[in-house]
Amino acid sequence: MSWVGQPLERIEDEALLRGRGRFMDDLDPVPNTKHAAIVRSQLPHARIVQLDVSAALASPGVVGVLTGAEVAALSRPFPAGADSPVPYYAAANEVARYAGEPLAVVVAESRYLAEDAAELVAADYEPLEPEELEAHDRSFSYGEVEDAFAAAALVVSERFSVPRWSCTPVECYGVIADWQGDSLTAWSNFQGPFSLHGVAASALGLTGTKLRLITPPDSGGSFGIKAAVYTYVVLLGLASRRLGVPVRWTEDRLEHLAASAHATGRVTGVEAAFAADGELLGLRYDAIEDVGAYIRAPEPATLYRMHGSLSGAYRVRNVAARNRVVLTNRCPTGLNRGFGGPQLYFALERTMAIAARRLGIDPAELARRNLVTEFPHRTPSGGLYDSGEYGACLDAALELVGYAERRAEQAAGRAIGIGLACIVEPSISNMGYITLAQTAEERAAGLPKSGNAEGCTISISPAGGITVHLSTTPQGQGHRTVAAQIVADRLGVEPGEVEVLSELDTSTSAWTIGSGNYSSRFAGVGAGVIAAAADRLAAKIGEIRAHLGGELSLRRVAGSAHWNPESLPPGMEPGLHATAYFAAPSLDPPDGDDRVASSASHGFLVDVAVVEVDRDTGQVRILDYVSVHDAGRLLNPLIVDGQIRGGFAHGAGAALFERIVYDEDGTLLTGTFMDYVCPTAPDLPRMTIGHRETPAPFALGAKGLGEGNTMSAPVAVANAVADALELDGVELPLTPARVWELMQA
Amino acid sequence: MKPAAFRYERPETVEEAAALLAEHGDEAKVLAGGQSLVPLLNFRLLRPAVLVDVNRVAGLDRIEGERVGATVRQSDFAGVPLAAEALPSVGHLVTRNRGTVGGSIAHADPSAELPLCLLVLGGSVVTSKGRELPADDFFRSHFTTALEPDELVVETVWPGGGSVAFEEVAQRHGDFALSLAACSVRVVDGTVTEARLGVGAVTDRPRLLELGLEGAPASEETAREAGARAAAAVDPPANLHASPAYLRHLTGVLVERVLARAFA
Repeated sequence: MSWVGQPLERIEDEALLRGRGRFMDDLDPVPNTKHAAIVRSQLPHARIVQLDVSAALASPGVVGVLTGAEVAALSRPFPAGADSPVPYYAAANEVARYAGEPLAVVVAESRYLAEDAAELVAADYEPLEPEELEAHDRSFSYGEVEDAFAAAALVVSERFSVPRWSCTPVECYGVIADWQGDSLTAWSNFQGPFSLHGVAASALGLTGTKLRLITPPDSGGSFGIKAAVYTYVVLLGLASRRLGVPVRWTEDRLEHLAASAHATGRVTGVEAAFAADGELLGLRYDAIEDVGAYIRAPEPATLYRMHGSLSGAYRVRNVAARNRVVLTNRCPTGLNRGFGGPQLYFALERTMAIAARRLGIDPAELARRNLVTEFPHRTPSGGLYDSGEYGACLDAALELVGYAERRAEQAAGRAIGIGLACIVEPSISNMGYITLAQTAEERAAGLPKSGNAEGCTISISPAGGITVHLSTTPQGQGHRTVAAQIVADRLGVEPGEVEVLSELDTSTSAWTIGSGNYSSRFAGVGAGVIAAAADRLAAKIGEIRAHLGGELSLRRVAGSAHWNPESLPPGMEPGLHATAYFAAPSLDPPDGDDRVASSASHGFLVDVAVVEVDRDTGQVRILDYVSVHDAGRLLNPLIVDGQIRGGFAHGAGAALFERIVYDEDGTLLTGTFMDYVCPTAPDLPRMTIGHRETPAPFALGAKGLGEGNTMSAPVAVANAVADALELDGVELPLTPARVWELMQA
Repeated sequence: MKPAAFRYERPETVEEAAALLAEHGDEAKVLAGGQSLVPLLNFRLLRPAVLVDVNRVAGLDRIEGERVGATVRQSDFAGVPLAAEALPSVGHLVTRNRGTVGGSIAHADPSAELPLCLLVLGGSVVTSKGRELPADDFFRSHFTTALEPDELVVETVWPGGGSVAFEEVAQRHGDFALSLAACSVRVVDGTVTEARLGVGAVTDRPRLLELGLEGAPASEETAREAGARAAAAVDPPANLHASPAYLRHLTGVLVERVLARAFA
């Protein structure tokens, strides 16, 4: 029997349920650590004429204050994926560019005293006009786009906008910074990608090894957003350096909503050319992305993460895209679950639904006529869809939801709507895709970037105890459980015999720039590297057994390897210890024609939402929600369904409730959970999940699946509401007031 | 998100509590369940010099007939049909375990459920000064009541009402309502003989609406007309989640719904 594939309960959960997890706030690694509060800009755009910290310094218990001017003097601007028209530091110096931007750090004996003193920092602002700066503009064309439109029987031309939102993990950011001599040790609930470790080290002016970054064993969720905590590693690191004490900072919810990392807001103009039979002939996108006050690494990656999937799940060969980035006086954007997917698919799948209505073809039939059927499939923009059975997933979803019966109910007059989304879910991002933000000539001048690698160490103690040390920085996904399953299979033990460490320490872990927890990469490369390390050890154990003869226990083999190296086969390294690195295949750098395989693996999912709209109040009720995934081999079906439900919660939140709102001046109006409305458990509908398992052609055959429903649910629900109301102009989120107003129009 | 420093007092009698309020006046705040006050402290939107914790005050946690002690937890509040209908919408299970009936009344949030219910039932508020104030006199405006700075709520009085109904629409379960309506009516031989109908959230305080229901037939038609009149009678400002036009319309829908249910 294989442990992989079993719905094993998570080994993480007992400690979590008993309150014995070890999160950022549970760590107390350095004696005499002081507490920081951050003074933030109250205005969205203002010149800081003067920052008077004298009263704060005189406040009880205050150790000192780090100002934005000192940040500018002690650090360098953060590098990013595209040139920024304004330099980005960990705190504002002369000009604050968004409400919530750090101006100073007050360090005191307790957080209470630090907040008391922070109130006394007097900023003399000169308000500036709101600003929009165009920061990036690239155009791409693949195939014969003009010809496709010339041949079209129908051209759908629409604009779609997706608001900013935020994934709101339970645990916010946390940093402990300890500057000693010429190096910084920082504990933080950072989630990777560890390419950003280099970004932080660069800002601090440190060579990589002088920035030691350590993550806690548990993290209270991230969904991408904790990638951006690296800017606070720099800020608190500078505070520790300047004040000569270790400093702790725990972000509160006000800070998190105002100033951590929102998902981008995007406006996308779409033109889609269709033949009379519904064949999608060509697509043109014109996307304008609001990345906030600065281009913060890895931005402008939101625009490029999906670049290989501009054609979605469809066979269309002719695709053009113009990508523009605008800086605004809003919080900088960054990773949020789905990263680029919700924005792309809201435009593409709304377009498909609108086209179906205009063509008089059922949306499920229109999808079927266009779905990719042969694999591997190279998309026009360079994506490589590795495997899948898209049509079978569509059939399964329609069957599960009772599609024909629902359509019959609708025809009989019930005020329900049915919405589809058929989407490709990329996983394991190519670390080179972001270089598409540069021209081919600019890329040729630099170091080519590609691939997505991960490392892992497994060691077996003299007594035969197995320890796996991950570099995948889990934030609740159950990596430790799956690692134990994989290693148990490979070494012939029970999962309970495998100890799995999830802390990453850049001084001692087997990590690389791709390490971390993002782009749904664990099931592919994370599992792959664990298997590779375990296989190496299994082979060595096999050789030792063969050499020593007999049916030796693992404990005896380990004893020999440690206590009696003379007994090992000639030339064999003593000990039982393997560090492996593994990179997902087929992730070349972008080519000279701007084609890129932006992800290593591609799952597929079909969502069908059935909604009922209360015509009096505008309330949308999701009557049924079906999602059928083909994400390759399922490593642990229990964890898989948990990931899908979580992804759906974020997607349903975006569909019905969530949006970050700023007024025209840049004042944040959704600064608390009273106004930033994310769903709670009773607000989420029942969900029916189905699976097919077409293996990925590498590692354990598993693909990522934690982001798919975040990408699909907003548009599936929007399509359903549009279907119920028989109109096109639906916008997110579909709040009661908005839906009622749509009905009045 | 840490409160500014405050002095903490924990009196054990109503007299001691009232004396502390008399001593500190506007500088003091009463702490009961803390479900509204503590977030306001943490946001530093309120910074009282003294917190007077009444959770240990003897005798305030009892229900005797219509009289409900100020520190009775919302989750323990039973026996009043209209309130029972509204309570599931009051925050969440865990906030109701700590939040008190008296605290909700004293806080006087215009979108809160319990103040509206008390008003519609014709209930009253008994204070530490021995005053018994009808709900309609007690609620003055947003978060503002007839309480003097040195006065606290001791108990609230909840008549049972007639045929009652409660409706609200909030974005999510447990949110502050976009609009809410409640009514208590008596119907004799198909004719409305007595009607109290109130709305909240769209007004500056829970307000009774005079819709001329007495003498009208207890019909869907009457409910519909009353809804239309209610929509015309309120003038809510826009909020982040809804326009005035929607809030007016929604109020009309909710008024129609509570009446239709109470008539049925």
